[in-house]
Amino acid sequence: MNDSRKNVIQLIVIVVAMIFLIKLFSIQVLDDKYAQAATSNIIHRIVEYPYRGLIYDRNGKLIVYNTPQYDLTVTPKEVTRLDTIHFCELFNITPKEFKAKYEKMSKTKGFSYVKPNTFIKQLSNTDLARVEDYLVDFPGFDIQARTTRAYAYPVMANALGYVSEINQRQLDRDTLNYYRQGDYIGQSGIEAFYEKQLRGKRGVKFKIRNVRGIEKGDFEGGKYDTLAIAGENLITTVDIDLQRYGEELMEGKAGSIVAIEPASGEILSIVSGPSYDPSRLTGKNYSTNFATISADTLKPLFNRPLMAQYRPGSIFKIVQAMVALEEGVVNRHTRIACNRGIIGCHGPHSFEDLVGAIKHSCNPYFYTVMKRVVNQEISQDTYEDTRIGLAKWHKHIESFGLGSPLGIDLPNEKSGMVPSVSYYDRAYNNRLWKYSNIYSIAIGEGENLVVPLQMANFAATVANRGFYYIPHLIRSVGETGQPLPKYTKKHYTSVSPEHFDIAVEAMAKVVESGTGQYRAKLKDIAVCGKTGTVQNDPLPDHSVFIAFAPRDNPQIAVSVYVEDAGQGARAAASIASLMIEKYLLGETQRPHIEAYVKKGEFL
Amino acid sequence: MRRSDSIVSKLDWVTILLFFLIVILGWLNIYAAVYDESAAQNIFSTTLNSGRQLIFIAASVVLIITILVVDFKFYDTFGYFIFGGIMFLLIFVLVFGREVAGSKSWFEIGAFRLQPSEFAKFATALAVSKFIGTSGFRMDNMKNQVVLFGIIGLPVILIMLQGDTGTAMVYSIFLFVFFREGMSPMLLLLGAAASVIFILTLLVPNHLYLYIGIVSIAGLVIFFGKRTPKRIVLVIAGALLVTGVIKSVDYVISDVLKPHQQNRIKALINPDADPLGYGWNVTQSKIAIGSGGFSGKGFLKGTQTKFDFVPEQSTDFIFCTIGEEHGWIGSLILISLFVTLLLRLIFIAERQKWRFARVYGYSVACILFFHFAVNIGMTIGLFPVIGIPLPMFSYGGSSLIGFTILIFIFLKLDAHRMQVLIR
Repeated sequence: MNDSRKNVIQLIVIVVAMIFLIKLFSIQVLDDKYAQAATSNIIHRIVEYPYRGLIYDRNGKLIVYNTPQYDLTVTPKEVTRLDTIHFCELFNITPKEFKAKYEKMSKTKGFSYVKPNTFIKQLSNTDLARVEDYLVDFPGFDIQARTTRAYAYPVMANALGYVSEINQRQLDRDTLNYYRQGDYIGQSGIEAFYEKQLRGKRGVKFKIRNVRGIEKGDFEGGKYDTLAIAGENLITTVDIDLQRYGEELMEGKAGSIVAIEPASGEILSIVSGPSYDPSRLTGKNYSTNFATISADTLKPLFNRPLMAQYRPGSIFKIVQAMVALEEGVVNRHTRIACNRGIIGCHGPHSFEDLVGAIKHSCNPYFYTVMKRVVNQEISQDTYEDTRIGLAKWHKHIESFGLGSPLGIDLPNEKSGMVPSVSYYDRAYNNRLWKYSNIYSIAIGEGENLVVPLQMANFAATVANRGFYYIPHLIRSVGETGQPLPKYTKKHYTSVSPEHFDIAVEAMAKVVESGTGQYRAKLKDIAVCGKTGTVQNDPLPDHSVFIAFAPRDNPQIAVSVYVEDAGQGARAAASIASLMIEKYLLGETQRPHIEAYVKKGEFL
Repeated sequence: MRRSDSIVSKLDWVTILLFFLIVILGWLNIYAAVYDESAAQNIFSTTLNSGRQLIFIAASVVLIITILVVDFKFYDTFGYFIFGGIMFLLIFVLVFGREVAGSKSWFEIGAFRLQPSEFAKFATALAVSKFIGTSGFRMDNMKNQVVLFGIIGLPVILIMLQGDTGTAMVYSIFLFVFFREGMSPMLLLLGAAASVIFILTLLVPNHLYLYIGIVSIAGLVIFFGKRTPKRIVLVIAGALLVTGVIKSVDYVISDVLKPHQQNRIKALINPDADPLGYGWNVTQSKIAIGSGGFSGKGFLKGTQTKFDFVPEQSTDFIFCTIGEEHGWIGSLILISLFVTLLLRLIFIAERQKWRFARVYGYSVACILFFHFAVNIGMTIGLFPVIGIPLPMFSYGGSSLIGFTILIFIFLKLDAHRMQVLIR
């Protein structure tokens, strides 16, 4: 039996070998398709890079475009009789640099002796004009064209983001294998968020070359070639003139300005200060500039409108008023004594109603309002009652888009913070807590955190009397397209619209005769606003102001944060009102306020 | 009588000659694969794969002498220890190994890299042989079968965990060894039938035809065969089983296999569907081999293999160089060398009186056969692209040394076959 099994195994070996020899005979001797394929055709793959989409402002002004950039490549195999001295003179480098460059190139991953390698990156137009005619003297050297980003205005750097060569981590994460080493990719801002729309589609051409590298036409008649498809253009919601004005005002200050069109959620301007000129992060000097900018202690790459989390301060009192009205624990005529024994206050007032309390930013008033919201005596147990009340409160606050990222079309949006029941359980390590432990959140201090974008959105919500669209920067993908679907959906707060009239009235009073009257009041436009002064011990307070205008049919809602600049009524109120003037009237009628802001000495 | 006692006279010099012929031819072809006319490189230069391969060959020679000097009973006595040690290395490499091209199967020691899974083959062969060689072992004993498949399953699982499916598949060839040692041929036939169904499932995109085929075959068998109830039930059960296999092939292809593995199978079935994408390797490999014609372009004269068209030219796709530069004649010579070596190993295995040595010999022959068949099969488009080397021929230290150990332990055992008492 074993003998026959031995034979079976031997037979299998011989049969497999026979099959191989027959198959080999058929492809090597009988079929000359392969021989032809090898002699005449060495398939050459040429990648065509698409144009990245352009970015426009809301009025059709071009903001971001492409500019050609030229790399010098070298195919070592084709280099013959290289006159190094002449070459170095032409390209303005020393023979030593030449040698160093060559060695560095030959050690990079993917270096090939037979294919073009990038030798000098990003020649300028003038360099190109000078060397182009001489290139014939240097066989093996070639010019490869690509495009890089260029910017029409030196503004909006953080919102636009920048484009740079893809890094290894991003390549690893690219599971669809779209990108290759050396590709460019949007690294932040709109460039990163809309990368898929902007990048377009790479084209590929397959050319046949013979053994000597001479082109012999298309592979299979171009059947497998694909054309490069340019990326889609984006139309932003930004008014570039307003943006430039905002950046001018923020010059030399740290903080942010966010302006929104309430009726649509479109962001009219988004300023982060300090900023940088976006054109510094393109082209030849990208790496040195990037190192400088990212090492800057003022953090110009930190996108404050979405990433800086501040306590909301007094602005929060309007939110509190809305929640309290909705819960029915106060009405517009409720008067509460300004009892400064529990919590400090400012300015001369003693026994205000709701509108007056907002106007004077009365702390004890809102201490009591919050207490009434939280302790509605639903449960006999004070602790349990606080939990029930705080949960209700938390739900209302969340409906204003606070405590979680709003969902703007930019990466890295921070959520802010609205303390919840479970938060306090954790903070107090499951020991009991009640209103007297948590009351500082009543006036927007304590654990509350918001980002400037959320506050601008809140101003827009009040302007709309109770709803908002998620703020966004792109109104159209493609020239006649739509914004992303989620930006066309109305979000209502859990507070009934009629209560917002009280907020509007109070905010109008703030500017008319309250804390905002000196620097935010405009002659022909009814501005509604609220000041905020955010404690920032031991440094000076942050100056905060939110506003919208005009009072009826509002066109613009703004939030302004100026760090370490003292009271909200000064720097922030001035900037916010200037932005409103600029947008609604085209220019300011109060040059002294503009000069005051630009001088920037608020303390 | 002194002379006949010397180990040199008892060694099987036919095998040794074949071994070194393949090694030297491999070395020359590695040089051809990396050769670049304009760079004027030397075959001995250690910056080239050929120079490094020479170092590995030298190391193999040292290893051969060591293996021949060690007492022949060592391999039997310490079979399980060696197996255990190598298994430990396989676990170790999962933790401390270096990832190369998606597989975490390499140790890095200075400039050289070591792939322990190349050594797991001989260690597993030793353990399998020792177990089958135990007195009282019976192939039809359920308990023995379980242990046996356990011995093979352990390295397979560990190597799969490293992400090296190709090397893990090698162990399936132990079925041949078991078959020789008395395993029911039904298992082999079932394996073959499963492969046929597998390939049919891939080749026939509309499975309806397959189902119609199954039903009609089953119908014919029932109609023309003896119509006893037992038979009918058996045939229907068989038909259902085949249907299940087809379904599971679908599942395996689309849900279990990774995209690159799916592409390799697609490339096998229809490489022309995407000659520039997943079919690239096979297309280019076939162009290189096919362009060699009857007698080839001549040593170092290949064009396809020189211009980076075929990937992994000096390792997995080394056969392209033979096909292109030496044509059909060269391929015939290389294939004949391998077939002769395999038949010789089977012949030697059969003359062993000691079961341990015989099983080990069959393991050696079968492992070599699997590598030979799959490696050449993939370069000419008869098998999916599985990254395993052509034994002794492909560039690679771990692989060359692994095969050297595999073969020379067997030659050492063979040299002492007269000293073994028949148990």
